[in-house]
Amino acid sequence: MAKQKAKTAQICIMTVTGTDRVGIIARLATAMAKANINIIDVNQNIMADCFVMTMAVDITKAAIGMDIIKKRLDKIAKEMSLNIRFQDENIFKVMHRV
Amino acid sequence: MRISVEEVFETVKMTLDHHFDIRTVTLGINLKDCMDRNLGRFAERAHRRIVEKGKLLNRFAKLIEHKYGIPITNRRIAITPAALLLEPLPRNVTTAVRLAKALDAAAREAGIDFLGGFGAMVQKGMTSADENLIDAIPRALSTTKRVCGFLNLASTTAGINMNAVAKFGHTLKDLARRSRNGIGCAKIAVFANVPEDNPFMAGAHHGIGEPDFSLNIGISGPGVVRNVVLQNPDCDLTQLSEVIKRTVFKITRAGELIGREMAKLMKVEFGIVDISLAPTTSAGDSVAEIVEAMGVKQMGLPGTTAALAMLVDAVKKGGAMASGNVGGLSGTFIPVSEDAGMIRAVKAGTLTLEKLEALTSVCSVGLDMFAVPGDTPADVLSAIIADELSIGVINNKTTSVRVIPIPGKKPGDIVHFGGLLGSAPVMKVAKIASAKFIARRGRIPSPIQALRN
Repeated sequence: MAKQKAKTAQICIMTVTGTDRVGIIARLATAMAKANINIIDVNQNIMADCFVMTMAVDITKAAIGMDIIKKRLDKIAKEMSLNIRFQDENIFKVMHRV
Repeated sequence: MRISVEEVFETVKMTLDHHFDIRTVTLGINLKDCMDRNLGRFAERAHRRIVEKGKLLNRFAKLIEHKYGIPITNRRIAITPAALLLEPLPRNVTTAVRLAKALDAAAREAGIDFLGGFGAMVQKGMTSADENLIDAIPRALSTTKRVCGFLNLASTTAGINMNAVAKFGHTLKDLARRSRNGIGCAKIAVFANVPEDNPFMAGAHHGIGEPDFSLNIGISGPGVVRNVVLQNPDCDLTQLSEVIKRTVFKITRAGELIGREMAKLMKVEFGIVDISLAPTTSAGDSVAEIVEAMGVKQMGLPGTTAALAMLVDAVKKGGAMASGNVGGLSGTFIPVSEDAGMIRAVKAGTLTLEKLEALTSVCSVGLDMFAVPGDTPADVLSAIIADELSIGVINNKTTSVRVIPIPGKKPGDIVHFGGLLGSAPVMKVAKIASAKFIARRGRIPSPIQALRN
């Protein structure tokens, strides 16, 4: 049962770049919760003078499609002057794991 | 192990800052079973299939683009070589032109910007249908918008069909005259050893050895490779080759994933990933600038051939490790008009037609998108083509020519084509070359395969 569940999970990675400020994670977490998306992992780092945060989420039970998630994230990105990307995890796996 | 922030950031930066994209997803469509003695009936069947599959291609490409966040720049269709489709039809130019227009209309309705395959395989000889198609090229490509053509004029096993080469010189001149700034000529490429599964225009077609449908993908990342070369300014060339290999591995894997998933969604066979570095006119997305980042002062100067040879080899090694489906052209494109660094080099005088020809002996894909004065005689165009194709024939590789004779222009003039096609400085070519050699016609026999020096 647990194995089957893991097999069908669809993990996406959200990448946020820009200037660090109060409330980014709170805002994004709220957006995810509203869409019934579970947050699995959050990481952040400063790279090349750029604040980078990645959030791994499971969209298996998401209430909305990927295009709508992206639209909502675009809105947040605009309001908070950030750059937000939302991509299926497999693209990173194939590129960075042999 | 979960992907680290650094790895995610590397991928995101490739698309954000270094123009990494899936340059094209190209669906190959077999139309042999649509053939008919009646053009209307053929056109109706072909139309239905192209529109249905073309719309699906657009829909799924958009879906995948959303899912993986990698732009898919072009969605295209390649069909069975049109000369085959013309075989049962009446032998006149009007019929061939009407066929091209029918294909154009289908592509328009499907929302596809280019449809390739208006061409023929004539490396050994021409059937009357092949000849009819070649006669129709000037009208067909100047009166349609989306149809692209190709001709395979030579191969290592057949030699060079000089009858067709001589004929095509005149075809090109006629086509140039019929279209503004000769732009129609950008829609046709002639080849030696043409691959049947190349996803890139203008030479894309769905070869006769292909299944009913085949989804081929062209990746592109000159900007990504240039960036990684710039980040390693002091390492030796062995190390540099390693760095390039690793980068190309990554982008090829992305292409493979997207291609497989597209094919699955469309319920068609996955064909190949073409790993050619394909430049665009965007700043930084240039093959010439990779060579310059490697340490060559300007594209075309001594050192360029060695640098390009190493670059292409590293690209192939990285790509071949990443995917068992590498195919198509898989070399490096050095189109003059579509690469900002190439344009600069021609303007500066460091890159001449002769050097460009030398470069094509170590990399695909041939003399591409270069402009010459409109009054260049047909036999000179044929001679340029024969020279380039002989490099492919002797070296067992693909070479091609896409030359644009621009009416009323002289060497040094700049012609702006706009969009993806960029702008081309008109290159200097001889006015008198080898008229007698071309007029001999016949076939240059296939070369010996031993004694390889």
